[in-house]
Amino acid sequence: MASEDQRIAKISSAIRVIPDFPKPGIMFQDITTLLLEPKAFKDTIDLFVERYKDKNISVVAGIEARGFIFGPPIALSIGAKFVPMRKPKKLPGEVISEEYSLEYGTDKMEMHVGAVQSGERALIIDDLIATGGTLCAAIRLLERVGVEVVECACVIELPELKGRDRLGDKPLFVLVSAV
Amino acid sequence: MSDNGKCEDPRVHDIKTKIRVVPNFPKPGIMFQDITTLLLDPKAFKDTVDLFVERYKGKNISVVAGVEARGFIFGPPIALAIGAKFVPLRKPRKLPGEVIREEYVLEYGTDCLEMHIGAVEAGERALVVDDLIATGGTLCAAMNLLEHVGAEVVECACVIELPDLKSTAIRTIKLFSAGSAIGHLSLAQSKECVKFLLARSYVE
Repeated sequence: MASEDQRIAKISSAIRVIPDFPKPGIMFQDITTLLLEPKAFKDTIDLFVERYKDKNISVVAGIEARGFIFGPPIALSIGAKFVPMRKPKKLPGEVISEEYSLEYGTDKMEMHVGAVQSGERALIIDDLIATGGTLCAAIRLLERVGVEVVECACVIELPELKGRDRLGDKPLFVLVSAV
Repeated sequence: MSDNGKCEDPRVHDIKTKIRVVPNFPKPGIMFQDITTLLLDPKAFKDTVDLFVERYKGKNISVVAGVEARGFIFGPPIALAIGAKFVPLRKPRKLPGEVIREEYVLEYGTDCLEMHIGAVEAGERALVVDDLIATGGTLCAAMNLLEHVGAEVVECACVIELPDLKSTAIRTIKLFSAGSAIGHLSLAQSKECVKFLLARSYVE
């Protein structure tokens, strides 16, 4: 098996940068090209699974929608449940909501009531951390119902946006730091 | 046409019991098939993926296309297990690169599905995955996108099928579903899927 560094190098090169999306000045980190390379996609999952498999994690929470791509394979490999964290009005059952700030205005994240139990240990997954606003909302949602958030895990970090600091005492693990 | 129902795998029973039905969502009269409760049971979730993987491995499938957003939950584990690429099919303006789009009919109005140009090559063999098939409109749009770039859609795979719709749009879709559910179907939806089937036949 290739070393961690070798696998990360291939993962990093598989990510496509799209300038000026969704608006001028933003360099968008596109993970869809990573998903087109089965070995690189598998390596991505393996790197997370190797880190978390013996940590007694029973919940993998994935943030809509790209967290839905990486979360379930990790959950399946470590024997944890997968819990989707969704935009408003998508989940059909009773939910709890957490509002969070955007650059302009606010948005809401929802989780099904009863999906997680107090005392469970959880991982939160998204493809990328920018400002950390979305991840913070997910952390708050889980902590409100008594879950211990062990770590947040993303494929990519945009370090200039200081999302890591915004997570406070919650650890962050990323594979690729985009400059 | 679906070939299940002849001899049900014992794992399917547990999968069915894990799916929660939520009445009157997203609107009165609809019995919503909620797969999130299935995802809370690691064994049942794994069995769901295994059933698809057992069916498709060794079939030379190089593309698994998943329909946003619940197709993103089931598609990637299948793709990873069979060594295929995963291609997300998304609502408009979510994919950042150059896309092709396919419009499809809803009960009222239309919606759109998009795929990145270059994600799939001509001649590739593809699977389309979603959590549920209702009228088949979304799956037809997905198939059209893939066929438009020259891929061969081997099959559509869903966890749940609403069997009331069997006789109409689903006729033209080779479908495999892990379980059937009794679904509520309004007259308006029936008309929509008949209309969609006619449109597809005309194009061919």
